[in-house]
Parts: sequence; structure tokens; C-alpha cells
Amino acid sequence: MSGEPVDAFAAAQAEGRRNAVRLGAKAEYDKRLKTLGRDYADPDSLRRLAGDIKQHTLDHLDVYLERAVAQLESHGAKVHFAADGEAACQAVLEILAARGAKRVVKTKSMATEEVELGAFLERHGVESVETDLGEFVVQLDKDRPSHIVKPIMHRDRREVARTFEGHGLGAYDDTPEVITRRARQHLRRKYLEADVGISGANFVSAESGRLVLVTNEGNSRFCLAATRCHIAVVGIEKLVPRDRDLAVFLNLLARSATGQTLSVYTEFIAGPRAAGQPDGPEEMHVIFLDNGRSEILAGDCREILRCIRCGACLNVCPVYRQASGHAYRGVYSGPVGAVLTPLLAGEHFADYADLPRASSLCGACNEVCPVDIPLPDLLLRLRDRGKRAGVRPAGAAPSMASFARLASRPASWRRALAAGKLLRLVPSFLRPRALRVWEQNHALPSWRGGAFRAWMKTRARPETKTAPP
Amino acid sequence: MTAPRVQLMATCLCDAFFDDVARATVEVLEHLGCEVVFPEDQTCCGQPAFNSGDWPAARAVARHALRVFDGALPVVVPSGSCARMVSHGALLLFEGEGDAAQAGALAGRTWELGDFVVRHLGVSRWPGKLPLKVAFHRSCHSRGTAYADGALTLLRSIDGLEVLEIGEPDQCCGFGGTFSVGFPQISRAIGTLKVEHVLAAAPDVLVSADSSCLMHVGGLAEKTGRPLRTRHLAQVLRDALQSGGAERPEAGA
Repeated sequence: MSGEPVDAFAAAQAEGRRNAVRLGAKAEYDKRLKTLGRDYADPDSLRRLAGDIKQHTLDHLDVYLERAVAQLESHGAKVHFAADGEAACQAVLEILAARGAKRVVKTKSMATEEVELGAFLERHGVESVETDLGEFVVQLDKDRPSHIVKPIMHRDRREVARTFEGHGLGAYDDTPEVITRRARQHLRRKYLEADVGISGANFVSAESGRLVLVTNEGNSRFCLAATRCHIAVVGIEKLVPRDRDLAVFLNLLARSATGQTLSVYTEFIAGPRAAGQPDGPEEMHVIFLDNGRSEILAGDCREILRCIRCGACLNVCPVYRQASGHAYRGVYSGPVGAVLTPLLAGEHFADYADLPRASSLCGACNEVCPVDIPLPDLLLRLRDRGKRAGVRPAGAAPSMASFARLASRPASWRRALAAGKLLRLVPSFLRPRALRVWEQNHALPSWRGGAFRAWMKTRARPETKTAPP
Repeated sequence: MTAPRVQLMATCLCDAFFDDVARATVEVLEHLGCEVVFPEDQTCCGQPAFNSGDWPAARAVARHALRVFDGALPVVVPSGSCARMVSHGALLLFEGEGDAAQAGALAGRTWELGDFVVRHLGVSRWPGKLPLKVAFHRSCHSRGTAYADGALTLLRSIDGLEVLEIGEPDQCCGFGGTFSVGFPQISRAIGTLKVEHVLAAAPDVLVSADSSCLMHVGGLAEKTGRPLRTRHLAQVLRDALQSGGAERPEAGA
């Protein structure tokens, strides 16, 4: 009997790992709650404001994109547009080729994860080194990030220590300070050897063209300070209208993601080194990435493009906490991944149509979302789309066609209520699959079909009461 | 607020399993002076099909509900989940459809029971005396609504009743309708955490405004030999009325 892939993945996980992910996610959620509650009287109104700003930007994306491009170009940056991941990777490769560059250092960036830039560059003979500690470990392990903000939420320090040992980064030692020191020593050399630094961007201000990079480890500063060319791969949805709007987003992002009031490093980059500036890359390229975003923008799930990649919806999600990120089979996991991955899959939508079903629709994701994305509504729309595309769920959830016929014919409904108790007489193996699965986990309540209707008909009506004054 | 005539949407779950919850709802509403009308042709709000992604099937059921609950009377539902289906889900379901306006009208006059009592009737103190330690499960459909506040206001006002704190109260019970059989292992794991949090508080009873959550959490607990008494909000309110000495609460109290 086949089941839903996310359910099967969750069940196959080792208990220790499942608990680690659940408790790790819960700890992040608790920090978020504490910080937002401490700092704002009404965090919800701030979330709604941020959602409105983002939605406004998306609704006028052409205008803001044009403005940002003009600003960036006026500061000397070269702007490229990439229709898909392949085009983005090619654009990067061409820039590298023009400079004869063979080594790049990368900051953590979901856009480059999405287009699998690192693997692409390696295939083309370019050494590409991830410099965020979590991403560095993922790269060494040839693993995939399991969380938007904490790529190795599914790993513990003992596993990381073994990875380091296996890659010649010193004898086994799982002391966190030792692990980070070894990573730092290794990466320092990589920064100095590299020709080009590649980043994403958390935000782009249309008003000034400023790219905003938000990090905690300082690795992006090294990437951009040590290299002479900076390439930023940026989803077109990263725009905000004005610099001052960043006050809303920066305050929400760090609090939502990690419970910090502000990330340790917040960099504003408006272009390459200008005349008279002492340092910074001499060349800067911004590659605006579409990769399905225009299509999403034109559809009925466009609110997902508000996402600022904070991971709060993952941390609060009861399904993510049980399944962990790899269950979602994509770069993005949790509720946002369950929406974004099938949408970004384009013609391969059906391959990911199970993801929107992997939710109890509890709505906790919407409640914590810093840009108020109506995630449960989007999950529902995608379930509808999946059904219309002819995708059949692999799990035991019953078909609704016969239920709907019954529930839209009151006489049949009443007969079924009376007959329902007969189901108990059916031998267990002949019962509907959904019922059998239910009974594996639960006691079944007694069938009382029609009992309330009978009571309503026969009861002694109370005296008509006069309404209170 | 004069206690009005209301239509009762009893829910398919009460129709099939939890008749006493529907009875208690009638008794609670009648105690408040409401005249309760039960449209005999009612079946289901359509949520099972809606959540399963079968929107044509869901529209067939929800359209039937639009016809059955036609008119201007408030519709009261002893379930936050079904109430949200009518007041929110149906708006998505009928977007761009010919009956979107009717769906909107029904959405605007449909109330979850506790919310109806507290915000529509203005009753915030419940009579009677119940020496009861209660764990309250805030069902997920209460998010973004006043449902949970309404239920808690009423429960806490009952003389002798104590609402206990439980761990991770904002977390889902893992039911999710057909999710519970489509994703049975995740659903059970989430539900087991809820059972553990509730049992750790050692309540006399687990109370919720949704029979579905109670069926899941109670059913899991019973299956694993850790019986957990469950009671719907309507039943607790009715129990309080039957505890003796209960005068009808003053509207606006």
C-alpha cells in the first residue's frame, strides 16, 4: 500500500533526528515569539503592513524593477535578466569567463540554491565554495539544506565533526568552538584565493538600487572585500519601493527568523567601488532571476512572492517539525516550500502536487508570517489545481465524489445516516481504506447517525420564552 | 441584543457521531432565549471535499448548504472548523462563481457557537457551578478569529471551573480532516504530542469547540490505553446549566 511521500519520509526518519528537528524548530519559534512580543505592542499590524508593502510592490513590479535597474546602472553595476535557472547560471559563467575567473566564494543565497549554481559551476571547472557555515557543511556532505535559514537543522555537531574529519579539516572534535575555528581557518584561505564573490540579496530598494544582505557570520563581507568582482543573483520579487521601507522589513526579518532584533551584519550595496572609495569590488553584476516568478505573479497564488525567506513558517509548522526539510524534495521546505516548489516546477507541477496536501491546514504559518501570506488558502488552491490536473493522492484519503453526491441529496443523506451503523458489521478488511487507516491509530466513536434528528422531532419543546429585555 | 431566532447548522459529524453535542447546542441556545430552527435538509458544509482539493464536489455540497440556510437568520454552528468553512473557505470556493454573493451573505451571518454567545448576544458570564479542571484545546480554525477568546471567556466564568495551562497550546492536534488518514503517521505523531501535553496538565476533561479535534485526540489517547475524557464546549455549558441554580444570564452581562 503506497502512502503520501512526505508521510513516508517522516516515518522513516530516525527518532533522534526527528526530535532534534522538532525541538530546534520549536526553539526558534519560541525566540521569535519572545522578541516580537517584547518589542512590539501589536506585531500583527506590523506583519500586515509589511504584507501590504510587498503586495503593492508585486502589483507594480514592472515600475519598481525599472527604477532599480536605472539606479544600479547609474552606479556602475551591470544588470542582467535571467528567464530561468539555466540562463542565470550561464550569465554567471560568462562573467567568470570574461575575467578568466576559476574560483568563487559564495554567500548563503536561496536564489543560487534554487538554480543549483554551485553544482553548475563545479561541472564547468570553477571551484565554488559556500562560506556560510551551514551551507559549507552541506557542500562538504553533498547534502541539501533542510531549512531556509538553518541549512543543517537536521545535523548535530557530532555529525558535523565527522564530516570535518572526513574532509581533512582536523581530527574529530565536536566542540562548537573548534568546529567554527576550523571552518574559519579553511575559509579565510578560500576568500583570499577567490576571484569572484557571489551573493544573493534579501532586499533591493527600487529607490536607490541598494542591495541589502543580511547575515550573521560576516562571511558575505569577506566574500565582497576579498574579491574584485561581485555577482548578485536576485529573484525579481526581492524589491521594495524605498529605502525607508527597509525599516519595516529588517525589523521583522531577524525577529521572525532567529528571534534577533537585527542580524549581526546588514550590508547595503549600491554598486561597485566608486572613484574615491578605498575598497570594494571593482565590478558588480546583478542578475535578476525570473525562473517562473512572472507566471506565479500572473496566477492566483501570487501572494507567495511576498516571502522574505525568514523560515518562521517552517519553525511553527507541526508537519515540518515531524517531517524535516528534506521531505519536501526541494530547496524550499515547510509551508512556503509546499506552495513554492510545485509552482516553480512549472510543467512538472504534478510531480510536486502532493506537497500542498502535506498540511493539516492549521494556519499557524499564516499567523507567524512577517508578510502575512495566506498560506493555507494557497495550499488549498494548489490542492484544487492538483486535482484538476488529474493527480491522484497516494494516501488513504477517500475520494470525495460519492460523499458529495450523498451530501447534496438530503433524502440519501438521511438514509445513509441510518445505514451507517451497518459499517461495523462489515469485516475489517472489506472496510474502506480510510476507515481502516483511521482505526489503526484511533478508537472509532459510536455511530449515532440520525439520533439528533430523532431527538429534535420527539422532544418536548420548551415553553416559548420571552426574550430578555 | 434581543435573543433571536437562529438556524442551527448541526454539522455532519454531530449528525453521524456526536448527537449529544448538537442537543447541548440547542439547549444552550434555548436557555439564552433563542428559538432554534433546524433545517431538516442540511447535510455538510462541504469542507471535507474542499480540503481534499475536490472543489467541484465541494461546490455541490456547499451550494446545497446555501439553499438550506437561505434567508436572513443567523446560522449557529457548534464547530469552529465548519464555521470557518462557511465564513471563509466558501469565499475562496465560490470566487468568480455565480453564487459568490450568496456565499458571502451566508458567511456574514454564520457564527461559531461560543462566538455567537459572547459577541452576538453579549453574554460573557455563564451560570451554574462545575467543579472541573479543564484543558482547553484552541482548535486551529480559531486562528484570526475571536472563537477561542469567546469559549475561554465563557468557560472561565463558570463558578468552580478552572482552565489549566497546557504546553504548546497554539500547536495543532494533527487532525486536519482527511489529512489524518492521508498522512496517518505525521498526524498521529502531532496528535500524540497534544495528548502528552494535555495529560501532563492532569485535567478532568479536555474541552474544545470542535468535535473533530476531540475525536482525533481522544481517539488516539484511547487507542494507546491512555483514556482522556473529552467534552465539547456546548456540553460543558449545558452541564453548567444542569448543575442547579442557573438563572438565565443577562444579555450584556
